[in-house]
Amino acid sequence: MSARMLRVAAVEPLTPLVTRFRFEDPEDRRLPLFSGGAHVVVEMPDADLLRRNAYSLISDPFDGSGYEIAVRREDTGRGGSRFMHTQVSAGDLLRVSEPVNLFALDLRARKHVMIAGGIGITPFLSQLKQLSRLQVPYELHYAARSRAEAAGLRLLNGAAHVHVHISEEGNRMDIGAILSGQPLGTHVYTCGPEGLIAGVEDAAARLGWPQGALHSEAFLSPPPGKPFEVTLARSGTTLTVGPHQSLLEAAEAAGVEIPWSCRGGACGQCESAVLDCHGRIEHNDHWLGEEDRNAQTKIMPCVSRFQGETLIIDR
Amino acid sequence: MTLQFNDETFRDDYTYHNSAAAILRFPFPFDRDSYMYSVNMEPHAGGPEGSPFDKRFDVDEHYVSEMRDREITLAEDPLRCQSLPHMELAGWDLLELIMVSKAEDYPELFTLNRDGDRWHWINRPLGIEHRFTFLDPTTLPCGPMEYITRQAQGDFAVLDQREGNLWMDAGMVTSQADWSLDFDIGMNFFEWHAPVPKAHEMGVFQRALKFLLNIRQGSPARRLNWTMTVNPRLDTSPENYHKWGPEKRTVTAENVGRKQFLRVELQTFWRLPRSNALAFPIRCYLISLEDLVTVPKWGRRLHRVLRDLPDELADYKGFAVNRPLIVDYLSQHDDGAPTSPGIFP
Ligand code: FES
Repeated sequence: MSARMLRVAAVEPLTPLVTRFRFEDPEDRRLPLFSGGAHVVVEMPDADLLRRNAYSLISDPFDGSGYEIAVRREDTGRGGSRFMHTQVSAGDLLRVSEPVNLFALDLRARKHVMIAGGIGITPFLSQLKQLSRLQVPYELHYAARSRAEAAGLRLLNGAAHVHVHISEEGNRMDIGAILSGQPLGTHVYTCGPEGLIAGVEDAAARLGWPQGALHSEAFLSPPPGKPFEVTLARSGTTLTVGPHQSLLEAAEAAGVEIPWSCRGGACGQCESAVLDCHGRIEHNDHWLGEEDRNAQTKIMPCVSRFQGETLIIDR
Repeated sequence: MTLQFNDETFRDDYTYHNSAAAILRFPFPFDRDSYMYSVNMEPHAGGPEGSPFDKRFDVDEHYVSEMRDREITLAEDPLRCQSLPHMELAGWDLLELIMVSKAEDYPELFTLNRDGDRWHWINRPLGIEHRFTFLDPTTLPCGPMEYITRQAQGDFAVLDQREGNLWMDAGMVTSQADWSLDFDIGMNFFEWHAPVPKAHEMGVFQRALKFLLNIRQGSPARRLNWTMTVNPRLDTSPENYHKWGPEKRTVTAENVGRKQFLRVELQTFWRLPRSNALAFPIRCYLISLEDLVTVPKWGRRLHRVLRDLPDELADYKGFAVNRPLIVDYLSQHDDGAPTSPGIFP
């Protein structure tokens, strides 16, 4: 995947947990524009590990002067976000991929309703800017536990049609109420924890929304787990995938290239055939269907893990 | 390189012709002596200097006449250019892509000055000079896609990407190999490909779709496709079949070299930035058999390919009736000598 070296132009803590990073071209050339909801993959040389994490772009898609992302620190996570929070400062150079969009607006919609939970606010920040430029009606509902957690508040600064639901303040989001009474041709977008996405899907089904009007993006982050062994048949190597490493990262560290795009189980690029499996694949992706999961004949190395005796994949 | 633009026609008296230089740079599509349907994608990242792969949007000696032919076709049938309402942003993306590429790649022919959203475009071959406001459709005489594709050779399909599929939601189609935008508009990838024989079984389309969905900004891809056309006609549309279909019956052993053309499509695929749509330009190149056999390797190879092609492919490509005549003609230019690998002379 093509990437370019960018300079960290600003690092700004938004809340104790969430920090905004701005990237610019070192020679101040304009960066490729993008569409609302797009993400980039940031490469992090963390000691002898090369981490690559996907982050939604939060800046104006039609502004090529820089890219901005917001990173939530996950202390129990795999270290990518910790690296961003502790090792990166203004002036550093990092490799950043071309923008890719797996959560694009459906431009046919008469109205866009966006539902964000916690850090799931990020893809909507660029979408809001695109929608206000295109002058299409929208409303955004943003749920967070507390004001301190709601990093998006600082980024939403003054945006219109925004409804904030802080559960600590007793102002919980009522999904049914949001979805009912929307005009025909409305599309709804959800980004946040699995529970929120499922809640929106249920409510929409109950209200008879067409499937094609529902869009969602779950957090893109490979979950940690127990270490496991995997054999890459074509490359003739067996590796151990560490607890805070994905199978994809372990393969890359061993010099085996597996195609990828989102690194978060959503795009399908890394799909790999399973040649032999004695044990249980932990399918953490949003790509494979029920049948493929149960058959254990395919795996998404960017997020999925394994427990058992043998796993051999066609790589 | 100074281009001389031909004054020629693609209908009626068919005065279309290739110069000696145009023959040598023809995008011959066969890299070996046999053909099998495949997706054969590669990065569209330049090619040998002067070849049609060199520049992002190739401009050749047929440019001015091709644009005139498009104008005639559009005047007769405005539905050759359609854009569903949600595709306007993609139209601007495409306009930007083509203007920027042409101005950078052919500075002596095209100039683009940009001051924020205030753009100034000069197209010397067509004698166009225009100031407009980017993203403001009221400052153009027509929609952005129509505006720019009246100034760019080849057909253009602009595909919306959603629900894990691609949708033919806009296009400018006046030089197509027998398909209809008006019929395909709004269809998804599988629907508009439905008539291709056999390939479905091979899962070729699933793989191709997956590839296209993942095309990234700044990394366009390309492939070649081909068919055979009687007379150098750009508009071989189903709508006008009554005009060109009967011409297939005018081919004789005596005139086949002059009348029968190999038609090659250079298809490219571009991710558009603001709309996330996929632009799919289909550039058509035509060469008569007579001109083609002046490159001995191509004469030998085309003979072998067409002779051994499965019947259903010849049928699908619409030249089964004339295949014996074509193969006979080409056999006179095939001495059985081995051919070198690759597509270049
Ligand atoms: S890289 Fe996208 S699913 Fe694995």
